[in-house]
Amino acid sequence: MSDNKTYQFSEETMATAQRIIRRYPEGKHKSALIPLLHLAQAEFDGWLSSDVMDYVASILEIKPIEVYEVVSFYTMYNQRPIGKYMFEFCQTSPCCLNGVEDLMDYTCEKLGVGIGETTPDGLFEVRGVECLGACGYAPMMQLGDFYKEHLTKEKVDQIIADCRANKITLHDK
Amino acid sequence: MLIVELIKLRYTINNMSQKILLDKINVPGIRTYEVYRQNGGYASVEKAIKKMTPDEVVEEVKTSGLRGRGGAGFPAGMKWSFIDKKSGKPRHLVCNADESEPGTFKDRFLMEYIPHLLIEGMITSSYALGANLSYIYIRGEYMWVYKILERAIAEAKAAGWLGKNILGSGYDLELYVQIGAGAYICGEETALIESLEGKRGNPRIKPPFPAVSGLWANPTVVNNVETIAAVPWIVNNSGADYAAIGIGRSTGTKLISASGNIKNQGVFEIDLGLSVYEFMNSDEYCGGMQTDRPLKALVPGGSSVPILPAHLIYKTAAGEDRLMTYESLSDGGFATGSMLGSGGFIVYDDRACIVRNTWNFSRFYHHESCGQCTPCREGTGWLEKVLHRIENGHGREEDIELLWSIQAKIEGNTICPLGDAASWPVAAAIRHFRDEFEYHIRFPEKVKNRDHFVHEPFEKVKHLVTKQPV
Repeated sequence: MSDNKTYQFSEETMATAQRIIRRYPEGKHKSALIPLLHLAQAEFDGWLSSDVMDYVASILEIKPIEVYEVVSFYTMYNQRPIGKYMFEFCQTSPCCLNGVEDLMDYTCEKLGVGIGETTPDGLFEVRGVECLGACGYAPMMQLGDFYKEHLTKEKVDQIIADCRANKITLHDK
Repeated sequence: MLIVELIKLRYTINNMSQKILLDKINVPGIRTYEVYRQNGGYASVEKAIKKMTPDEVVEEVKTSGLRGRGGAGFPAGMKWSFIDKKSGKPRHLVCNADESEPGTFKDRFLMEYIPHLLIEGMITSSYALGANLSYIYIRGEYMWVYKILERAIAEAKAAGWLGKNILGSGYDLELYVQIGAGAYICGEETALIESLEGKRGNPRIKPPFPAVSGLWANPTVVNNVETIAAVPWIVNNSGADYAAIGIGRSTGTKLISASGNIKNQGVFEIDLGLSVYEFMNSDEYCGGMQTDRPLKALVPGGSSVPILPAHLIYKTAAGEDRLMTYESLSDGGFATGSMLGSGGFIVYDDRACIVRNTWNFSRFYHHESCGQCTPCREGTGWLEKVLHRIENGHGREEDIELLWSIQAKIEGNTICPLGDAASWPVAAAIRHFRDEFEYHIRFPEKVKNRDHFVHEPFEKVKHLVTKQPV
């Protein structure tokens, strides 16, 4: 999806990107693609429009298709705008044994959305994702760069309140 | 903050058994370089670089009998010895920290709480392999752990353990962390290499094996986090000391990620050879069942391995005690055994529905199939679809045979083992819990509520299946 905008990393992000590119031998800079896409997604509203992807391709001097095919492969890249606070509940077996399905129902009902939908104010989105490697601390969700574990309805309420109060850090820079 | 304290307390409780990898995990500040170093950290790098040749380090690891802790259990020292040194190409060590096997969360625990242990292991192992450029590939969702590792690497480099001419030996090493972006398949070593090259995670056809042609076509060894983290102890002590722990070809200690319906969920380090009964019931480990509901089933090594019904958990079919070893857990083959795998130990009580669980796993594999091989790309979708309809009360009598046929046609017919991993849980569930599938098909009204066995466990309704002829 294109959004017809021009993109440019901040100076700080560009410095991080250049530092990452130097981690690979001469001529192997394409290896920086996946880390750079994370930087781009964090900087440009949590999703990757085709314009953002083209911008990343231009930094690495690779063809845009080389970026598109990677973005469409990996689940963490969003190809459409998402809610600012995306609650990604792990819904694989061990989390289910610890009640994540009931908790997802509760969260959806509380926010008035279905799975994969964004609230009209653009603030929240609820998703079910596959195993996040936190089976012993279930039920849990990923929110930005962090995990929220041992969840209960009360903790979900608190997280929602904290999001509304702008008290949640999404990315650790 | 209360949550943080509670989690810390839980970790403390969970790690009463402290052996090789976790012996210092509760030392305050062990995450930092200073404390790690004060507690004997980086001694293996000093010993290896100053007193041993690379081949001597490889020999110790061979002697230790250490086997790949990611799931396959291939001897690590032997894997190291395959690396092509003749071609003269640069060599790489890549750590597989893409931990994504459902039920497994041990590598994250190590990296989050004692990151320098992995970094020390990476340096010592890279020296053994003659690698001058190494990477740790970590799954994208562990973003905060990625940052922890980056900081730890910067600390190690500032202290002179990385860079040019380490300890004045003439040995150079650069180590970086690479972040993934959400793809279980990247835990397969050739897919991981593709991903590290900035591409889709499509596994490669082998041969050539990575030891000959891996990252950027250079000789490469890919090892799991836990495998590499065991190397410092082996070098500091000896391969023989390591091999003295455990039973037979299952040497040393293993991290087990325990989850599901047990009292103490978390990461435990065990001596291989501990009995499954003791691991399940001792307060030092799982502490028994979460409630007074009976044990129904166990997945001992991550979602890919066959599920075991209650009567095959503590005893093998031959009536011997089932032990936490590669050999004992697989005793009886797939007919009556399972696998140690990655050590993802998932426990089910009688509220759990095996059909629902199997559907859940199939959805996972369908989602994670890279799509390269037709049997896996299509087959995992069919498995999910058929299981979904059985679980939701729309199953057909012929569906069980259909599932059996699909899984048999995926297994062994794909480039990488994801196809097998998708097939085995389905086959095992049908093998051991066929009557539960039949119940779902014959009594659709009873299974429409997803909590159907919570109030009426299968044991209580089992008799209905046998009464009703097809």
